[in-house]
Amino acid sequence: MNRRLRMAVLASAAALAVAIAAPAFAQETFKLGIVTFLSGPAADSFGVPARNGGQFVIDQLNKGAAPSPYEKVGFGGMKIEPVIIDENGGATKQVQELRNLYQRDNVDAVLGYIGSGDCLAVAPIAEELKKFLILMDCGTPRIFEESKYNYVFRTAAHATMDNVGLIRYMKAKNVKMETLSAINQDYAWGQDSRTDFVAAAGQLYPNAKLATDLLPKFGAGQYGTEISALVSAGSDVVYSSLWGGDLQSFILQASPRGLPKRSQLVFSAADHVLPPLGDKMPDGTIIGARGAYGLMSKKSPLNDWLFKGYEAANGVYPVQAAYRMTQAILGLKAAVEKAMAKNGGKKPSTDELVAAMTGLEWPSPGGLIQMKLADGHQAIQPIAFGRTKYNPDAKRVDLVDIEYFDAECVNPPAGVKSLDWIKGGMQGAKCK
Amino acid sequence: MNKGMHPLLMIALVAAVTLCGRVLPTWTLSLATIAAANALISLGIVVLARTGNVSFGQGLFYAGGGYCVALIANAWGLTDAVAQVIIGAICGGLLGLVIGPLIARYSGIFFGMLTLALSMVFYGALVKSTALGGSDGFNVGRPTLFGMSFADPREADFMLYAVAVVTTGIAGIAATILFRSEFGLASLAVRENNLRVEYLGLSANRIISINFVIAAIFAGASGAFALMAQRHIDPQFAYWTTSGEFVFVAVLAGNQSVAAVFVASMALELVRSFSNLYLPNTWQLVLGLFLLAVILFLPRGIGSLWVRSKRGTAKPGVATEREALP
Repeated sequence: MNRRLRMAVLASAAALAVAIAAPAFAQETFKLGIVTFLSGPAADSFGVPARNGGQFVIDQLNKGAAPSPYEKVGFGGMKIEPVIIDENGGATKQVQELRNLYQRDNVDAVLGYIGSGDCLAVAPIAEELKKFLILMDCGTPRIFEESKYNYVFRTAAHATMDNVGLIRYMKAKNVKMETLSAINQDYAWGQDSRTDFVAAAGQLYPNAKLATDLLPKFGAGQYGTEISALVSAGSDVVYSSLWGGDLQSFILQASPRGLPKRSQLVFSAADHVLPPLGDKMPDGTIIGARGAYGLMSKKSPLNDWLFKGYEAANGVYPVQAAYRMTQAILGLKAAVEKAMAKNGGKKPSTDELVAAMTGLEWPSPGGLIQMKLADGHQAIQPIAFGRTKYNPDAKRVDLVDIEYFDAECVNPPAGVKSLDWIKGGMQGAKCK
Repeated sequence: MNKGMHPLLMIALVAAVTLCGRVLPTWTLSLATIAAANALISLGIVVLARTGNVSFGQGLFYAGGGYCVALIANAWGLTDAVAQVIIGAICGGLLGLVIGPLIARYSGIFFGMLTLALSMVFYGALVKSTALGGSDGFNVGRPTLFGMSFADPREADFMLYAVAVVTTGIAGIAATILFRSEFGLASLAVRENNLRVEYLGLSANRIISINFVIAAIFAGASGAFALMAQRHIDPQFAYWTTSGEFVFVAVLAGNQSVAAVFVASMALELVRSFSNLYLPNTWQLVLGLFLLAVILFLPRGIGSLWVRSKRGTAKPGVATEREALP
């Protein structure tokens, strides 16, 4: 390498270092770090819909175009300035990027995270830095059941309600289940979902027998042998918590082999594959959406605003991740405005924000969100389930037989660990 | 022997870099801690690479060290940073002692594939162990130092930074001394021709095994640092992409200079972080272009920016000996 090129490389490195050192100031705006999958297997299913939902909501809020009770511009008059980061790359990278968001980019709060491992990893870091963090999605109940946090909130219910609700729906619709088979990915989400579903089935279907129990690896894509095992088991119900590309592959490979005709398919989190699968989705499949989201959402001015606005902006209707992002941002807005009403209209400090967010309740397109668990840090919310039915006129999969469950019917009460609650007969559940 | 940097000078350099942490902005401290930890494990790969073998499975020892430290910390409440590094190094070293002699009989691509396979076996076992949190992993508490705990985030970050830089610095100095030693030169000879080495009365297997154990010790200590910096461990530590990244840092650095490993590791972290901030949708592309640019314009690694090659004037033998010097 010649000397001049070498000097040029060193000089540009120095210039970069200077550029890095320049500080950024946040004035009368609210700087919000948003972390969601923009690449990797979860991007198409969850990450990108979440980002699109976030962009739509932030645009609307900054214009003051959202419906009541969110008419105020931005957060209490402060424009929202989003900084979007990719969640892909593992927990090590996420911890580092979270620190960078707080310490280098001086964001006022960070909101995001879809992967449970990422949530578990970033929560203690935010707590240690005494910075405001909202976990918007991630399934695992372990976050607040194993630790206690002051600066960390989760604005969506954890995965327990997905499976408890699913069993309650099946019972309500008199779905026969003498034998049960399960296929779940061999990583925490799949293993935990399977455990919850089997435990909940043990309560409401005490005579159901577990026939075939499969755990293919995450991202397998090919399910030939698994489908053979499921077809030959011929059980009444086949349960799965597969999602995204894995779920699509499974459905596409299972349908021609007659699995949907032989067994009732029940999927705990499948609404996001309805738009891509279209008429390939077998009719009569029971699906959940991790909330009363998308085609299962209840009609309200707030829901119409999100559903129609999102559809107009993105050409496809919003699914679970977009709803979860929306409810997180609206929750943060409600907390900021509550804190500002208390402190006389100043931009709230982190501690004022924490006080306002703890135990907060706010309306969202997916229903009322209540921070009732973990001393007001973990949300519970209502959930819905339905059956698929292809609508050839609209060229989309509709959902029929929709049933709603109240938040307190499918979520554990405060102070009880989820799995203990299920195994103890779901004491204290308030169902209509 | 060519004149290289004197070890005392290197100690002064490490001290200067450590003190530098007092004035650096807070966010760079944890970034530099991770970069130093990655440099440590990549240094192990460079050590091993001098015998002509590349391990694509250093994640095994990285995760082994990390899980060992995390389990001990949670079971017995041992939080001292220095003790954790030593435990990580011991665990990595023990694993290396078991695996090294078995694997030293293979060379080239077989060596690489076997290390990769073993690390993936470990990954698979970890994902299945629900008691260890499965694929989500688990958290550990904040590290302390000699009985002091640091409540202020900046002080805590600086403590970890200082321990990481000092440890990695000592490892770097040790590696430099090793490279210049008889054993280090014999390792280079194994790469050139292991049959001749055996004729000289040395055991090539033994040389490879010892280098393998050294690399494993570095990897275990590095795993302890990664754990302390992020307070969380999951099976991703043992995944092949993690191992691949360490190999990449080694390639990026080249084998001309120990200091280059640290510079390469820091550069990679900075590029990754800023591309993620400014180009969240295409950060992998930026990272790829950066790596490509280094390979194209600095084929002998970042180290060639300041270590001038005398390849043109010196004999090839001298050039290979120089490779070790910082």
